[in-house]
Amino acid sequence: MSDVKITLAEVEHVARLARLALGAEEKERLRSQLDEILGYVEQLRRVDTTGVEPTAHVLPLVNVMRDDEVRPSYPLDAMLANAPDPHDEQFRVPRIMEE
Amino acid sequence: MTDWTRLTIHETVQALREGRISARALVEAYLARIALLNDTLGAYLTVAAESARAQAEAVDERFRRGDPARPLDGVPLAIKDVLCTRGIRTTCGSRILADFVPPYDATAMVRLVGAGAIVLGKTNCDEFAMGSSTENSGFHVTRNPWGLDRVPGGSSGGSAAAVAADLAAGGLGTDTGGSVRQPAALCGVVGLKPTYGRVSRYGLIAFASSLDQIGPLAKDVRDAALLLETIAGPDPLDSTAAGEPVPDCQAAFGRGVQGLTLGIPDEYFVAGLDPEVEHAVRDAISMLERCGARTRRVSLPHTDAGVATYYIVAPAEASSNLARYDGVKYGLRAADGRDLVTMTASTRAAGFGPEVRRRIMLGAYVLSAGYYEAYYAQAQRVRTLIRRDFERAFAEVDAIVSPTAPTPAFKIGEKTDDPIAMYLNDVFTIPAPLAGVPAISVPCGFSLSGLPIGLQVIGRPFDEATLFRVAGAYETARGAPRRRPEIATTPGAHAT
Amino acid sequence: MSAPWETVIGLEVHAQLLTRSKMFCGCATAFGAPPNHQTCPVCQGMPGILPVINRRAVEFGIRTARALHCRINAECRFARKHYFYPDMPKNYQISQYEAPLAEDGRLEIEADGVARRIGIERLHLEEDVGKLTHEGGVFESASASLVDFNRAGVPLMEIVSRPDLRSPLEAAEYLRSLRTILRYLGVCDGNMEAGSLRCDANVSVRRAGATELGTKVEIKNMNSFRHVRDALDHEAARQVRALDRGERVAQETRLWNPERSITVPMRSKEFAHDYRYFPDPDLVPVQPDPAWVAAIERELPELARARRQRFVEEYGLPSYDADLLTGDRALADYFEEAVRVHPNSKALANWIGSELLRELKGDPAAVTGSPVRPAALARLVALVDEGTISGKMAKELFERMARTGEDPDAIVRREGLRQVADEVAIGRVIDEVVAAHPSVVADYRRGKKQAAGFLVGQIMKATQGKANPQVVNRLLAGRLAAG
Ligand SMILES: [Mg+2]
Ligand SMILES: [Zn+2]
Repeated sequence: MSDVKITLAEVEHVARLARLALGAEEKERLRSQLDEILGYVEQLRRVDTTGVEPTAHVLPLVNVMRDDEVRPSYPLDAMLANAPDPHDEQFRVPRIMEE
Repeated sequence: MTDWTRLTIHETVQALREGRISARALVEAYLARIALLNDTLGAYLTVAAESARAQAEAVDERFRRGDPARPLDGVPLAIKDVLCTRGIRTTCGSRILADFVPPYDATAMVRLVGAGAIVLGKTNCDEFAMGSSTENSGFHVTRNPWGLDRVPGGSSGGSAAAVAADLAAGGLGTDTGGSVRQPAALCGVVGLKPTYGRVSRYGLIAFASSLDQIGPLAKDVRDAALLLETIAGPDPLDSTAAGEPVPDCQAAFGRGVQGLTLGIPDEYFVAGLDPEVEHAVRDAISMLERCGARTRRVSLPHTDAGVATYYIVAPAEASSNLARYDGVKYGLRAADGRDLVTMTASTRAAGFGPEVRRRIMLGAYVLSAGYYEAYYAQAQRVRTLIRRDFERAFAEVDAIVSPTAPTPAFKIGEKTDDPIAMYLNDVFTIPAPLAGVPAISVPCGFSLSGLPIGLQVIGRPFDEATLFRVAGAYETARGAPRRRPEIATTPGAHAT
Repeated sequence: MSAPWETVIGLEVHAQLLTRSKMFCGCATAFGAPPNHQTCPVCQGMPGILPVINRRAVEFGIRTARALHCRINAECRFARKHYFYPDMPKNYQISQYEAPLAEDGRLEIEADGVARRIGIERLHLEEDVGKLTHEGGVFESASASLVDFNRAGVPLMEIVSRPDLRSPLEAAEYLRSLRTILRYLGVCDGNMEAGSLRCDANVSVRRAGATELGTKVEIKNMNSFRHVRDALDHEAARQVRALDRGERVAQETRLWNPERSITVPMRSKEFAHDYRYFPDPDLVPVQPDPAWVAAIERELPELARARRQRFVEEYGLPSYDADLLTGDRALADYFEEAVRVHPNSKALANWIGSELLRELKGDPAAVTGSPVRPAALARLVALVDEGTISGKMAKELFERMARTGEDPDAIVRREGLRQVADEVAIGRVIDEVVAAHPSVVADYRRGKKQAAGFLVGQIMKATQGKANPQVVNRLLAGRLAAG
């Protein structure tokens, strides 16, 4: 139980998955906080759940679907109003490079 | 002369219909009180004075024309800033949405405004509703009207404080792990988390989609019933808004508790429960017995696992729901735009506060390759066991009564460095959303230091009616006149 | 001497569904609107929005799954697939993972005259992403990119084959047959150039007879049947060369570059491939009602292979013609409509295969818009068969029908084409009349010119007066003069 749950390398991997730029000491702080939290949730592994279905929805609902009907879209200005860098009726983003 | 801001919603509706006050004058009274106290309390992030006045004038015009009355004509409300309001800035208490103005209204807002309610403003909350103290707001803290050095609870602390301090006639919050009930308890107001699927989530900015529900914060139980009736019901825009008919909550309200059996869960009266809280809750339970309710002990064996389950399920869903804040379509974009990845990563680092970053990391981790089974899948299985606990209990009792929070309002800053201590504050409120069942918090007295205490009543799925019966009967029997907190105004106090 | 190399290919096909509205919102799917004019908070992934499943998309999925003999799962769920990319509004794609709509189907193909059964692993529904355009046009050098979300949220059906394909030719054949089926079912227009049908491939090579698979390489950016063949040919060869040199094949994703006709390693679009799938809490499970599935199945159209068979048997067409006609549902429908009006199937097949297809610039699908309606073409062929017009005239007539959309009989009647065109028939009648009245002919030849009038009368009578008098006089004069 008391062994390390999450390494710095894993923190960096997850930060990349989650697109979060983290400073060196925040990585370390997060590592120890996550380690503590993961240590705390360890208890779940001790709960016997053999043959228990996971709960994805608390409701018994199924087959909620809509008819294939076209509804008016929103005006362009409404959709661009919050854009940080609108350009040519589109959303401009900096050059896409690889990590 | 009457202070109209003291009135409950149903009293306000009466006063407006009888023309004792105009909607416009009422809005002015609230705006004046907000101007007087909001600097101290930090309840509101945005005060929508102009649109509120316009709405009020429209309502007065309807009264003049003698148009058919609507249930909430002219009632001024405080709306948690996680509900999208068309044309009114909606921040989620986050820097990343500091300037976001939604082009659409949440379904709950459409229904409130359609019923004649007036939006006074948007209230402070923990960033993306992640927290139990409103200290995680990206803007400022909110102070508890009953003790300015205390937290109002969270995440709906702004709405709870606003209602407690008469900065609104009532309000809406959202509850994922207790975010309506716990601040209601800590601020001495009524707060309801409806059954999952009772109220449409469309326009509620998601934290944890399988848990989030919108719920009323109100000055009394009847107001809570009135607000729920207005916002409840199926919505074609939300696949999880169940087709259940909306019950007549107000009728249920007066029916008393004769013939009801109430369960008292052993696991909710344990070490860590503040003695004053336990005392107040036990008193409330005996009062309910005097009102004719039968009581019996029940067991919810997986209560302890609730917090751990919650802190896997909720962050996992949050890490997914918050992926969209990337500086491309709306919200903050960090200055560092060398390239897309750098821009997005620095935008998210700059826009999200520490608690949100922590939960995104935790959530992404428990979903990532190799850990899904051990953490997320296992948590969802334990969630099933927690649901079964309630199913078993509700085979024997009509409702479950317990404390809402283990302690009265704690001091600002007291738990900020200790995530788990903070998380454990939600131990009694977390199981209900995990099971999807409804729960209400109703004031049941004060601690010696004058801090409010809340009684929680948990019910069967879609049986809010019984919650209103129990809470209403208790409120009536207790008969304590609504007290208004004395608030020493210290301008700019919250700006810390 | 080691065994020769064998190529192993599996295809992942994405088909845009022909629904009117998007997968999870009411925005139109129509192609070609100006950027971001077909978006709303839902398909732009705004805070607070929720998706709602488009029933017709599910229906199209079931229709296709049953046509491919897939098992429809009793319950399917939608899941979130996470990676950051600016054309994906929520930075997750709503897709299906553990419980897809359908599994375990098959598609019969024929390559080089060999019939093969290709396994279908799964068929699932998901949402499309938006479109990125790179300033300056090229990805590498672009200083910035622009995002248009019109396409974001358009329903996609992903069909994953098993690694049963053994050559680039088979892969192309599989893709062609699948495209034909999707078009027959009316669920996808199958336009690869426009991107409404997209194909990725997993390619590996191994020694013939080997049981386990070699390292697979994923190939993307093949947007035509030629690209698929060329890219796979090239990639298989590249892997064989590497292995022959004793190198290892790296598991990677490569892009087909049609200009240079090579595959190049793709700089991975999303970090790692840790998609963190989990069931989407915003959507409840779909449990297709067996009655619904049965109804969809009952309405399945006759598909290309069966129809081709029937055309050979029912209309006695050579398999080449049957192939050509059934390659496109609209063309096959056209043919059968025409045959109902005039049962000369072979002639109609020829007309459709030559003149009509030329008119359509070789695009069979365009037949629905052709001015020459099936009944009109049938009448044209009938006119020839009745000997009313000559084949030569028929071709001229067809040109005009294609231009004006007029009915052939109308043109013939209005312009007396029938009369002028009828010299052969008139000639035949003249011969008969001349043969039937030797004495009159003799009178004429003896100088009794008015005898010709009697013969003309007889000819007009025999042709119910339809014959053009000038033509009759001219032909008769020639005939009598010829002696
Ligand atoms: Mg896909
Ligand atoms: Zn849309």
